[in-house]
Formats: sequence, C-alpha cells, structure tokens
Amino acid sequence: MNADDEIVIDVRGLNKSFGGKRVVEDLTMQVRRGRIHGFLGPNGSGKTTTIRMLCGLLTPDSGQGSCLGFDILTEQTEIKRRIGYMTQSFSLYQDLTIRENLEFIGRVYGLDDPSARATEAIEQLGLTGRANQLAAELSGGWKQRLALGACIMPRPQLLLLDEPTAGVDPKARRDFWDEIHQLAHEGLTVLVSTHYMDEAERCHEIAYIAYGHLLTQGTTAEIIAASGLSTYVVSGVDLGDLAGTLKHTPGVDMVAPFGAKLHVAGRDAGALDRVAEKFTAPGVVWERDEPNLEDVFIDLMGRARSNYP
Amino acid sequence: MSASADRTGPQGEPQPPRSARRATHEGERSRRLPRFWASLERLYAVFVKELIQLRRDRLTFATMIAIPVMQLILFGFAINSDPKHLPTAVLDNDHSAYSRLFITALKATDYFDIRYSLSGPEQIDPLILSGAVNFAVEIPQDFARKLARGENPAILVVADAADPTAVNGASIALSGMAAQVFTRELLGPLQNLSSKPAPYEVRLQKRYNPAGETRLNIVPGLVGTILTLTMLIFTALSVTREVERNTMESLLAMPINPVEIMLGKILPYAAVGFFQMTLIAVAARFIFDVPVVGNLGTFVVLTMLFIVANLSVGYTFSTISRNQLQAMQMSFFFFLPSILLSGFMFPFRGMPDWAQDIGSILPLTHYLRIVRGVMLKGAGFVDLAADIAALGAFTLAAMTVAVLRFRQTLD
Repeated sequence: MNADDEIVIDVRGLNKSFGGKRVVEDLTMQVRRGRIHGFLGPNGSGKTTTIRMLCGLLTPDSGQGSCLGFDILTEQTEIKRRIGYMTQSFSLYQDLTIRENLEFIGRVYGLDDPSARATEAIEQLGLTGRANQLAAELSGGWKQRLALGACIMPRPQLLLLDEPTAGVDPKARRDFWDEIHQLAHEGLTVLVSTHYMDEAERCHEIAYIAYGHLLTQGTTAEIIAASGLSTYVVSGVDLGDLAGTLKHTPGVDMVAPFGAKLHVAGRDAGALDRVAEKFTAPGVVWERDEPNLEDVFIDLMGRARSNYP
Repeated sequence: MSASADRTGPQGEPQPPRSARRATHEGERSRRLPRFWASLERLYAVFVKELIQLRRDRLTFATMIAIPVMQLILFGFAINSDPKHLPTAVLDNDHSAYSRLFITALKATDYFDIRYSLSGPEQIDPLILSGAVNFAVEIPQDFARKLARGENPAILVVADAADPTAVNGASIALSGMAAQVFTRELLGPLQNLSSKPAPYEVRLQKRYNPAGETRLNIVPGLVGTILTLTMLIFTALSVTREVERNTMESLLAMPINPVEIMLGKILPYAAVGFFQMTLIAVAARFIFDVPVVGNLGTFVVLTMLFIVANLSVGYTFSTISRNQLQAMQMSFFFFLPSILLSGFMFPFRGMPDWAQDIGSILPLTHYLRIVRGVMLKGAGFVDLAADIAALGAFTLAAMTVAVLRFRQTLD
C-alpha cells in the first residue's frame, strides 16, 4: 500500500440531529493522507457539525468511522492527541500573550520543551518582537496566523480548519493557503471548510455538503465532469431581462450573472443548445464554455433545496 | 502501547501504515514523562493559565483582597447581638426617692439610655411606634407609698419586641436589677418586703467566652462566610467564562481530561483562599483580639479543606450553568442558606429538625464548629472528627458531580 494513498478519515453513514432537526444525514466520506480536502456548502449545511464529529467533540447519533486509524466513537482521546482543530471563531485566550498561549498549548500536548517550541513557533510566524503582546491586540489576519501556528505547533497529523479565512483580507488569505499547501506537501492532511470558490479550487479534493447531505466529492475536474452540465456564457445588453426570462425557460437549470456576463447552464445539452439558438439576437452573443465549480455548486444547491426541503 | 502494536483492522489483517505511525509516536513518547507526570503537566498548564488570567483581571484581583478586609472590618466591628444604651423614655408619676432610685439603677445597667422624661401616658405610644425609643418605663403615682404598705405596686415597662434580639439582653438585665434595687432601702420594719434569696445556689460556668462578647463568636464565623462567598463566586465563573469567550471548544478539542481541567482551575483559587485565610486570621488575632487557643496547624489544614469544599461547589455550579449570570445566581442561592442555616447568624440548635438537616449538608455549618472549636476552645482533630468527615464527604461528592457534569463534548 502506498503511503500516499493511506486513508486518514474514513466515516460511513454519520447522522446527527439537534432538537429533532437532522443536521447531518447519512454522511460518508474518505480523506487521503497528505491531501487538502475542501469542505464546501452553504451556511448551516452541517460542515461544522461534521468536523466536530470527526474530532470527538460531538457524538454521532449513528454511523461509524475512524480518524487517523482511531474509532471516532471510542478513541476520541487518541484522536485529540494527533489533530489540530482551528475553530471558526478565534479561540486562543485573548487575555494571555502570544507566548503564554503557545506555552499553554505546548504543555497541554506534553511537548518536550514548551518554552523552546513556543519560541520556535513565534519565529516561524514572524512575531518575534511581539511575543509579549496580548492576543487580543492582534489584527484579524495575525490572529488567524497565530491560531494556525498554535494548531500546528504540536505537530499534528491532521488539521481540521473550520472556515479559517472568514473575515481575512485577500493577501492574508493567499499567504494562508501557501502555508497550507506547504504543510500538505510535508505530509499533513488538511480538512478545510470554506465558502470561497477560489479556495475550493486550491484544494486537492472537494466535498460539497448541503442540508446535511454530501452532494458530491472528488477533484475539481471530476466534480465538473460528474455534474453533466453544459454551459453557455452570454454577453450583450439588457441581460437583466433575459436572465429573468431564462430562469423560467425549460432546459435551463441555472442562470447566474458574472460581472457583465450571464452563465447559463443545463443538464440536457441538446435542450440548452436549442435555447441558445432561440435567444441569440443582435447584440446578444451565446458562447459555449466549460462549466466552472461555482456553476456546479449553484446548480447542486438549487437541486438540493427541492430534494431536501 | 505495546499491546496496541498488534492491533488488527476490521478485517482481521494487520494494518501496516497505522502501526508504523504508532511507532514514530511511541518514539516521541518514550522520551516523555510517564502517564502520571504527563497528567500533572497538563494540570500545571491550566494552573499557570488561570493564574495569569487572574493576575491580568485587575478588578477581580482587587476584589479578592478588598472583600475579606472590608467584610471583616465592617461586620467584625458592626455586629453586636447584645446591644446596650438602648433609647428609653421614662414617665415618673411618683417623684419619690424610690422612683428616682429605680431610674438611677436603670441607667446603671448600661442597657438603658434615658432620652425622654415624659409628662403623660399618652406620650408613650407614639415614641414606641415611631421607633424613637425601645423602652418606655411608667412608674405609677403613690409608688413609694404603696411599696411601703406592702401593696405590691407595678412598674410598667413597655418594650419594642419587634426585634427580639435587640431587647433580650436589656430585659434580662431589667429583671435582675428589679430584684436587687431596693435591698438597701428596705431595712428595719420594711425588711420583710425585701425578696428572699433561694435556699440553694446555681453556679453557671460560662466557658470559652465568659464575657459573652459577640466579637469572639462573629469573627471566627466571618472566616467561614467570607471564604464561602469569594471561593464560590470565583470558581462559579471559571468554566462559564471559557464558554462565553469561545475558548471552550478548543479546550475540549485538546488532549486534556475534565479532572485535569478542574484541578488546574481550582488550585489557583485555593492559593487565593490560603492568602485570604491568612489575612483574616491575622486581623482576627491582632485587630479583634480573638485568641487562638488551639493549634494553628490544625486551623490551617482544616480551613484549606473547607476552601476546597467551596471551590468544588462553585466549580459544580460552573459546569451546570450556561452563562456567568446563571452561575452568579446559583452562587447566591447557595450562599444565603449558608449564612442563615449554618449557625452563623442564628443559633443552630434553635432551628427545627428539618432546618438542622439542611444546615448539616452545608460546609459552612461544619466549618463554623471547626473554626470556633479550634480558635476558642482549643479543639483538635479528634474532637472535630465528625465535622471533618462531613466536610470531606461533601467535597468528594461535589467534585464527583462536577466531573460528571462537565460536558466533555458539545452535544
């Protein structure tokens, strides 16, 4: 067995309800070692719940699985020792300094020399001059970097990141992703939830979840191919009115404006071709295009909404 | 760890990647301390963190020093269950040597401070009703004459008994005084009017606080109430604070167990409690002149037990409540009965059995017996065994509940 193909997360049929509401339904997924696995889906789709079940913070109502080879139902302590979990909100102690926060984590994880490891992490983060600053005083981007630094300091084998880049500026986001890729290259497995399509495209593999259901998973190319969508890009004038008309036209499954253009997609390629012919007019140009990830997700979400109300 | 190396997968075949991974982990582990020390290290991590947070929170820190000092000075000096110099009004209709003698004797008891000399009986009720006086004394006309004739004249003393404690001491002093006041005057032919002594004697030996000074009762009790209040509140907030500041989720995702978290959070406050105890004990000895008859070591050890008991209760509340407000409310829900049913404010034995039963659950009840026992009576471990056992059992029970209640998951 090739080490790179080793399955790190392997869960089957996970279910979780809160107060009678199914938040995660029958979720099955696998994540391979050294991969960056993107976890996408609208708000309230069950991403955070799934991540919490993986690291032992929530007990699934039913289902089974393993994380890093340990049972998620019975061996949570072993899992916790080997993962780094970055929560959605900043979860370091705001009234502790950067150094104190890192030393606390170092001690909890039983690192050999927490103080030296904290110094090392501070250097890597580029926070050397600010080690004695309170965590509360850091800007959003720095807080996020520090949180990631704190997660990887105990050298986990799996990183679970819950919307790590929410509210962070584009430059900081880019740096963050470069860092993630570097870590994955070194053999760390990363499961990251996000709302951003550009981030989704930077993942090795993607899982799309909506209303507690895993709708699709695979690489970007696989997901696009599996969607069976054909897409046209429409450019021209008065596209607003056209968009309204197209939404109710048979053969069109998705209409979405992208800047000055319209993305029109449908699962029946022939039907969509006929629509394109019909609505082609002077000043309105229809061009065939490859569907992008966002087209696929918007379509999936639209379908999911009608399937799982 | 060696047993886990031959673990097998669901299909019964060995899983090479996993055992390989475990081996690397084991290598890291063997350099590490054994399990117990690793656990202590995590406990220490929480301890240091809490200590830093405590130090940074200036207001809390100031409160911790201010509360014991203020309460001790305030209550230690203020509370007095045997009040003297109570405002009194006198209506003397007789104006005889006897009536004047009676009034002088009244003043001499120190309990009565004569503020009003009245001229008519209609003046009594308004004064009592408005609370301007606690006592009104009415000496009838012809008191001296009737006394001499042996007609048994009556002096009316009206007392405001709405607060029984306030007039209790004075009432006792009054009856004692009345029996004695005319002994010297009733001589010769009037001697048969004088009251005769009983044919035997009762000797009352008041131990430990012969002068009946409230201070000696209140100040040791204050050690208990102050520690209850501060210890309870600080720990009650400790877990809910993590929840409210969004740090709980991360903490739970770390490899640390509830016992380590609990002890790590409780210990800094035990240190604070130790400091408060020292402060109060020094003040008791040197400001309030309360003797420490018993062994100081016994006092320290048992006070620490009491501190841990209260910390456990506070921590339990912290695991039950969802926010800091609820935690505070629960603390007060526990604090009030502690003060009222423990024997701090009112005599424990004066309560009905059911109330005594409730009181017996509270740590303060047992600690009051312990602290009064050690400080005033010189009691030792053996004398206090029952109370120590009760306190220990309570602590253990509270800690167990806390650990069981601690939500290790977010379910």
